[in-house]
Amino acid sequence: MSILNVFKTNVSRQATASSGHVVPDSYRCVQCGICNYNCPIGIDVRSHAWTGKSVKHSECLTCGECVARCPRGVLRFERTDLFAEKDS
Amino acid sequence: MRYVIIGTGVAGFSAVEAIRSVDRSGEVIMLGDDPHGYYSRPGLAYVLTGELQDVSLFPKKREEYTRLDFIYKKVRVLGIDRANKKLQLEKEPLQSYDKLLIATGASAVPLTVPGANLQGVMKLDDLEDARRILKHAKRGRTAIVVGGGITALELTEGLVARGVRVQYLLRGNRYWSNVLDEHESRIVEARLQEEGVTLQFRSEVSEIIGRGGKVTGIRLLDGRAMKCDMVAFAVGIKPRLDLARTADIALDRGILVNEFLQTNDPQIFAAGDVAQVYDPLSGRSVLDSLWSPAREQGYTAGLNMAGQKKPYLKAVPFNVTRLAGLTTTIIGAVGGGVDEDVVGIARGDSETWRQLPDAIVVQGGFEVNHVRVLIGEDRIIGAVVMGDQKLSAPLQAMVSKKINIASIRDTLLRKDVKIADVLVDFWSHHLASA
Repeated sequence: MSILNVFKTNVSRQATASSGHVVPDSYRCVQCGICNYNCPIGIDVRSHAWTGKSVKHSECLTCGECVARCPRGVLRFERTDLFAEKDS
Repeated sequence: MRYVIIGTGVAGFSAVEAIRSVDRSGEVIMLGDDPHGYYSRPGLAYVLTGELQDVSLFPKKREEYTRLDFIYKKVRVLGIDRANKKLQLEKEPLQSYDKLLIATGASAVPLTVPGANLQGVMKLDDLEDARRILKHAKRGRTAIVVGGGITALELTEGLVARGVRVQYLLRGNRYWSNVLDEHESRIVEARLQEEGVTLQFRSEVSEIIGRGGKVTGIRLLDGRAMKCDMVAFAVGIKPRLDLARTADIALDRGILVNEFLQTNDPQIFAAGDVAQVYDPLSGRSVLDSLWSPAREQGYTAGLNMAGQKKPYLKAVPFNVTRLAGLTTTIIGAVGGGVDEDVVGIARGDSETWRQLPDAIVVQGGFEVNHVRVLIGEDRIIGAVVMGDQKLSAPLQAMVSKKINIASIRDTLLRKDVKIADVLVDFWSHHLASA
């Protein structure tokens, strides 16, 4: 991978981190808590998966640990609509 | 108004939420004999593998219980006196009710062979069972797993993750034969073998052998004997019907309820694994042992107990699980027949998965990424997605929303077509035009 591509990858990661948020599909969730267990800053992601509300938490790093670790594909990233109503 | 809920699972908890959404002043009492109250039972599988600690299984914080303002009593209910609307409790005074919900769930079908009571014979119904398994699952020990469905694999994989050498015995010729097709069974079996599990087909335990009250081995019907330190079994689950049966509430395989989750006694409701729910769309009464239907049934029952007239409309049954480390989505009608390894229904199972109407099956993928789609006249009626889950959500939507696929039906039925590509393409266009 050329240095230019590394730079591009980093830019796209940062773009996701700054403009994305985690969205749950409640119907898939069994409230096991693997998301909470793996969140580095202790956000209660599971309660979002219960209510179906997006994780628009000001402290969320969008690191993707919860998305990757969920064994049931409950969580995904979505681009944030800056004009949408805020919920946390 | 006094609402009483028997059972601390997700159906019971959802009922409390529903009642409180419409009635802030009535008294709500939850009774249950599980010493740990409400927690994620499906999460026990991840506790066994070590991906999760058991303290993380509890979804609700103290303040949420306070907000819902209900009384929780750890107590066993011994009987229902319907005439006087009272419950008989173990070592406690009678408990009266105005509206009652039975959400007692289901428990493992016991092994009936001689030696089944020996120390080291395990099931996986609740947190106490999981803790007991972990206590026994020391590296280098040997276990025999008996049974079928998701729970048998959860036991197998949990034990393997703990360094236990596992032999998995199946009565039939292949794994989960009434939901998976042969190719899918073989994928799972091959992966188990890669993990070091020894599979024995056409093998039925006739006796568990012990010494000093502890398991030392088993004997099979064909006379073979095998040594082991523990036996873990998952041969199906049975709705916990004792309370309803003694109270003369109408039963079949579960407690029979109408679309309002109401039993033949209008003051008594049932929801979750214990309930056999009438589905007005199909005209059938079916059992599910899945988290989301239990949650929805509990919520609907709660609303109806609180005076709302809200029918429960059964969604397409759906489960995402891991089979031998392979993420697998099962949607709608996919199988049929009988699985010799499970009596009745397993955990994480739905009777609807086996009600296969006329359909044509198309398959795609290879080895670990596999998709099977069941095509009806103009829509997809069921699907199994193993490995790559890109198609999981689109197929869930296509089956549950009964999306018309007439435009790609002929293409899907063509030989050697890459059905995953066809479906992804169809779904992208569908979303773009929606």
